[in-house]
Amino acid sequence: MELIVFYATAAIALVSALVAVSHRNPIVNVLALVVTFFCVAVCYALLGASFLAAAQILVYAGAILVLFLFVVMLLNAPEEQAAGEPRPVQGVAGFALTAVAAIGGVLLLAAVPSAEPASPPDGHVVALGRLLVGPYLFAFELISVLLLAALVGALVLVKRKH
Amino acid sequence: MAIPTTHFVILAALLFAVGSGGVLLRRSGISILLGVELMLNAANLTFAAFARQHGQLDGQVFVFFVMAVAAAEVAVGLALLVAIYRKQQSIDVDRLNIMRW
Repeated sequence: MELIVFYATAAIALVSALVAVSHRNPIVNVLALVVTFFCVAVCYALLGASFLAAAQILVYAGAILVLFLFVVMLLNAPEEQAAGEPRPVQGVAGFALTAVAAIGGVLLLAAVPSAEPASPPDGHVVALGRLLVGPYLFAFELISVLLLAALVGALVLVKRKH
Repeated sequence: MAIPTTHFVILAALLFAVGSGGVLLRRSGISILLGVELMLNAANLTFAAFARQHGQLDGQVFVFFVMAVAAAEVAVGLALLVAIYRKQQSIDVDRLNIMRW
């Protein structure tokens, strides 16, 4: 049952990811990426990471992609010109990366054929919170500084000079 | 029956390849940022999969951090795109050559 859900989710994620990077209309790109991110959230749920599934939907689908949509519409959705010069080097590099990913996946499959996942630790959200404000407290606080810097930086970048 | 970790890793690898293809082949700055987001998500999925594989939560903590960094990156990246669009009425990265000597 879980496997069927996983395969369906993976198929939807891959198709919508392909639409997200290949369609010419940027609004379609962003909306297809929302579908991909929802599928990734389903994968987190299948992995037993309920907090991550919620955070994925809240942060990515809820905040980041709304920001993307906002900017696409602010910039009046400039569609790419269909006829630019072809990009052979980038195309070859993309195919090479895909091949490397596929070979790596096959090697992984061969290396850990029957690796049974360890039982997940219980009390997920509580345990995650304890980790965040325990061993990772410094990084957690650094993240808040980073977000503040990004906030101020974005404001400075788009401020009109008078 | 639990889903094998390798399935998640292969899905993440494919998503990463698709995202990198988008970054390499697209001309619009927004589409390039979308490809970067897809690659970050693929890395996150691998973190979560191996967190379950090892029965530890540290991988999930890292996913949390990556999400926060991705949010910051998107805010600054989109602000840059808006600034660039104001300057030259285009976000086509092939036309961004003002720093070429």
